[in-house]
Amino acid sequence: MNLVKIDKNGFKQGIDRARKEYRLFGPAKGKEGHTIRHLDTDEYPDMTYNDSVLSAKSVLFPQTEKMLYTTFDESEPDHHIMKRAQADYSPQAVVGIKPFDAKALEILHLNFDNGDYRDPYFCDALEATTLVGIAVNSPGSCDFSTSTGTGPFDESALDILLVDTGDQYYAKIITDKGQSFAETCGFEEAADEKAATDEINALKEKAENAVTSEIQYENIAEKSIVELYNAPLWDDIAFSCINCGTCTFVCPTCWCFDIQDESKGNSCTRMRNWDTCMSPLFTLHASGHNPRGEKTSRVRQRFMHKLKYFLDKYDQGIMCVGCGRCVKQCPVNIDIREVCNKLNAYEEKA
Amino acid sequence: MDKYTEKIRSIAGNLLKDGKVDKVIGYKQGSLPMAANPFAARTQEQAEELVFNSTCVMNLANYLTDTTEKIAVVAKGCDSRNIVNHIVENKIKRDQVYIIGVPCSGMVDKRKITSEFETDLTEFAENGDEITVKSLEKEKVIQKKDYLRDCCLTCIKPNPVIWDELAGEFVEEKKMENRFASVEKIENMNPDERYSYFTELTRTCIRCYGCRNACPLCYCPTCFVDESGPQWVGKGQNETDIQTFHFLRAFHCAGRCTDCGACEEACPMGIKVREFTKKLVKDSSELFDWETGLDLSKRPPLDTYSPEDPDDFIK
Repeated sequence: MNLVKIDKNGFKQGIDRARKEYRLFGPAKGKEGHTIRHLDTDEYPDMTYNDSVLSAKSVLFPQTEKMLYTTFDESEPDHHIMKRAQADYSPQAVVGIKPFDAKALEILHLNFDNGDYRDPYFCDALEATTLVGIAVNSPGSCDFSTSTGTGPFDESALDILLVDTGDQYYAKIITDKGQSFAETCGFEEAADEKAATDEINALKEKAENAVTSEIQYENIAEKSIVELYNAPLWDDIAFSCINCGTCTFVCPTCWCFDIQDESKGNSCTRMRNWDTCMSPLFTLHASGHNPRGEKTSRVRQRFMHKLKYFLDKYDQGIMCVGCGRCVKQCPVNIDIREVCNKLNAYEEKA
Repeated sequence: MDKYTEKIRSIAGNLLKDGKVDKVIGYKQGSLPMAANPFAARTQEQAEELVFNSTCVMNLANYLTDTTEKIAVVAKGCDSRNIVNHIVENKIKRDQVYIIGVPCSGMVDKRKITSEFETDLTEFAENGDEITVKSLEKEKVIQKKDYLRDCCLTCIKPNPVIWDELAGEFVEEKKMENRFASVEKIENMNPDERYSYFTELTRTCIRCYGCRNACPLCYCPTCFVDESGPQWVGKGQNETDIQTFHFLRAFHCAGRCTDCGACEEACPMGIKVREFTKKLVKDSSELFDWETGLDLSKRPPLDTYSPEDPDDFIK
């Protein structure tokens, strides 16, 4: 790993150099607030953003993604045979991703490449992607990332970590991908390692201390699934839920999708769309039976998946990075921090 | 509004103590400064958690659909009108619901307030018409009247239209010059301008259906967008499919919408969904002299036939 310093006056120039080799994504402000999206040729990532309504999930896992296509035209030799849809897997970079949002992509990767199955769409996109993170100097009030195994300065899922020190960035080059990106940008001025490390560590400590919100889940692993599933707290948690998909769509670690075929004339496309376990349609069987027909069972599923099933399956912590988006954006403020702490503290009555 | 909170708690506590209702639906302070969330109190103890302030934005009529329980519910003007609509549409029986009416001086707009601050809000304290808001970086005292939600600024019935008990004195109804100014602005556009306006309006929609699900009117067992045989609407992020959802949903609310603003409140993308429904409120008012949810004995205009119908084709 090496440390580079970047004068902010030269940052845009570097981004312009990167544009020639990479498709660039980053935080950009719209009427809805910031989102992480593709940047036009005259746009630069807004590195000062506090929060983004949506995470960088859509860069690697778009809300609607073409998977396969075919033709019904029987004069074509390969009619009715599904073929993989074309997509651009040339190098791309997300500049300005938050460290915990990058960690979320690692969680998605666990699911999309789990030994038994490899999702070619996500994995190919991930391979093409360089993640240039920006350390969070001033965490928001709903940020609880330090208690989910990541944090405002977590570099473990990044290729480069940028640290804003006022008039310059320090860039920690973490991987070979990061090295190539930095070279392309011309970000090569070595920083005084000792001074830079000290400054970064001081900012890191300050940021981590500013995260005041936290969750506890250390007891959840040893509790039985059935015990938590049957705990008499789900009706109260679920009461106010309106069953919209906000929490799942703004969540950087929610990966469920629905597959749909759409045809027009002789051409047919198979696509996948983000799906949400909050919707009754998510589990509706063709028979009409719905195993999660009640609101409470859907709310329970979302939290049990994130806080218990995932934990048990992968033994790599919970399926939540503590970004706080669902807490802030839930129209009825169902708070995963409270739910997690309740589960952690839950004791079955004898 | 502390006096309301106190009164609501005492009414709710008595109802639960006397076993007159199974639960009292009201609001409880959430985990964020500007979040008062729908909450069901089932015991006297839980009744003490009920609150009422200027952030009680969700419409509680949404929680009354298809239930057999006897329920007490806290109702502002708009909620009470939706309860009337629910009763008229047979979603709940009048004797099943005990209405705790709350005269309302308007709810504040979360987005208008947060836009004044760079960082997250940490405190929200009301003192009459004055509100003290703190964020991580600063503190500011604001006047409630400057930060009301758009729907509250054009509200015609701040007082409950139906109730069993009131939690406070009636407030004065606002005199408004023109409550449909926002609609007229769109009506005055030429068709191309209007189309691009609506296209831009829904461009950022992520189809979470928060607007639909926060709406007390949207109680269909299967919404047309969820229907799979036949499938009316594509499920992807296709512009036409997204617009189809918004346009059709709005039309389904024609003559039934109380302009309570829950749809906009729920939208994570800040889409002004009311731009669609408000036009239908205006049409209902102009064509049928109709305001939703004022009278238990009247059916919504699109639900009935009248010889006085303004359209010729139907006669």
